[in-house]
Amino acid sequence: MERETVMVTATAGKPVLELIGIGKEFGAIRALHDVDMQIFPGEVVGLMGDNGAGKSTLVKIIAGNFRPSHGDIRFEGETVHFHRPVDARTVGIEVVYQDLALADNLTAAANVFLGRELKRRFGPISLLDHKAMAARALELFGELRSETRPHDLVKQMSGGQRQAVAIARTRLSNAKLVLMDEPTAAISIRQVEQVLGLIHRLKEQGVAVMLISHRMPDVFAVCDRVVILRRGEKRADRPIRDTSPEEVTALITGAKEAA
Amino acid sequence: MALPMESPISFANIGQARWWQRGIFASQTGYVAIALLVLLIVMHFASPYFFTQGNMQNVAKNFSFIAIATLGVTLVIITGGIDLSVGSMMCFSAMITSMVMSGLSTPGMPGASLFVHVAADGKTVIANVPGLILLISVFAGLGTALIVGLVNGLCIGVLGLSPFVTTLGMLSIVRGLGYVVSNGRGSFPGGPDADYFYALTSGDLFGVPAPFLYLVVLAAVMAVVLHHTSFGRHVFALGGNEKAAELTGIPVVRVKIEVYVICALAAGLQGIIVSGWLGSAPANMATSYELNVIAAAVIGGANLAGGMGGPLGAIVGCVLLEVIRNGLVLAQVNSYWQQALVGVIIILAVLVDRIRSRVM
Repeated sequence: MERETVMVTATAGKPVLELIGIGKEFGAIRALHDVDMQIFPGEVVGLMGDNGAGKSTLVKIIAGNFRPSHGDIRFEGETVHFHRPVDARTVGIEVVYQDLALADNLTAAANVFLGRELKRRFGPISLLDHKAMAARALELFGELRSETRPHDLVKQMSGGQRQAVAIARTRLSNAKLVLMDEPTAAISIRQVEQVLGLIHRLKEQGVAVMLISHRMPDVFAVCDRVVILRRGEKRADRPIRDTSPEEVTALITGAKEAA
Repeated sequence: MALPMESPISFANIGQARWWQRGIFASQTGYVAIALLVLLIVMHFASPYFFTQGNMQNVAKNFSFIAIATLGVTLVIITGGIDLSVGSMMCFSAMITSMVMSGLSTPGMPGASLFVHVAADGKTVIANVPGLILLISVFAGLGTALIVGLVNGLCIGVLGLSPFVTTLGMLSIVRGLGYVVSNGRGSFPGGPDADYFYALTSGDLFGVPAPFLYLVVLAAVMAVVLHHTSFGRHVFALGGNEKAAELTGIPVVRVKIEVYVICALAAGLQGIIVSGWLGSAPANMATSYELNVIAAAVIGGANLAGGMGGPLGAIVGCVLLEVIRNGLVLAQVNSYWQQALVGVIIILAVLVDRIRSRVM
């Protein structure tokens, strides 16, 4: 079988994630077929496609929610098999979910550290180290240049601040690849700008980002490359400078087949 | 190339909430506590007997009789669950404790010879090791509670049954078992250790009722656990957004099992203490107490939707209920009004919270 591996970005070095011939069937339904893809450190890749094109299936495979029916996933050159989302997180893949997966009744700092709290030991008991967590959270928000106060409750926050909290979580674990599922779908224009800024920060720090989005302006604003899925197959994989929103729309709808 | 978008982002338009708009002052617990203070002042002027030492001891003892169980239920409510089986659990645990105690203290019963012997006069039963029987029987009672809590937790956490239905079933099962093991008659603590038992459950230390001391210690422990351990953090996270808790890798199932076990243990301990005060564990003991306990938790600010509540609120709720009951008695109001009034207060407390969160 022939495979063409197109190096589409100028980014040198090894890909952080490599998908080889990924396919997924749910019973008789073929959700994904023979998808090849690479993402390099510090690269932002837009994943686009119409509803039912296979975007979420692909994301769930990378995040460890589903196991692929065919193909290999390589992370930093090593073949990996994810059985649970925790497995993906362990190697350095974090997902920022569309509904953000934050606990509204807790503070920003508590959410950043949820499930991996910092503790201090007092003899046999270990208690939460509130100070250290607040300080580290403030540092992370600073890195993301988001004015989010660690002690504020998440339920009092704007959509942009919530995104900052969710993204700060991924920085905490030093993720190498961050999957973002429609991060700009339900927030105001000003906050969209903020979120795109956050994506830039991740890129600056050498994190690879996969942005799943319907919003063409966002993809063209932050992505280096766009991958287009249609009916479970990869139809195009272009550097953003070599394409246009019109062409991408045409590829998504199938008005144009990839050349 | 990406667009430049480095416009400075500031939140200068968002101020910090004033001290009286956040923390305890902005919570239901806070203003129910204020309502309680007002009520205490009113009671002071309404009845000269209210602030007497005797009446205060009485109030402290009475609210301690549901407050420990309320701590447990509050913990469950914070996770977004509910435990309706606490009343039955109180009875069953107390019953097992007193049955084990009197069983081990009766010469001739299986195993009793290890613990007691008959004195030279041929009648008096003397413990081989004073206090050992008490210890074993209390452990038996709490062990029973632990098993029931474990079953609740497994059904809810592992099998995914609804907490309401599971614990409603358990309410009936445990009450039924209580009738079965005692043949409907209940049981009585007895034997050489019974005196220790009464001293520890209905005695007092420097004029402070023992149940009240247990309550204060347990509430303090609960406050530390809730706000300063990862378990407590996870309890709140579970109630705030269960899906998020799961996605962030919190052991959701384990936390759920733990809170139901703790709740059952609190109810069991509460039942044992109440039986010491009653002098027996009748089969209909603490019937429908689960409603008082849940009412106290809700009045104190535990949100049935999950994510909110604490030991202070649980205690404030219990005190408020008891002061009202006590006040109505002192004011010589027909005691049948009490139940109606409790209902009004539950709705009022939640209503005020709703109005407050809209206004502020």
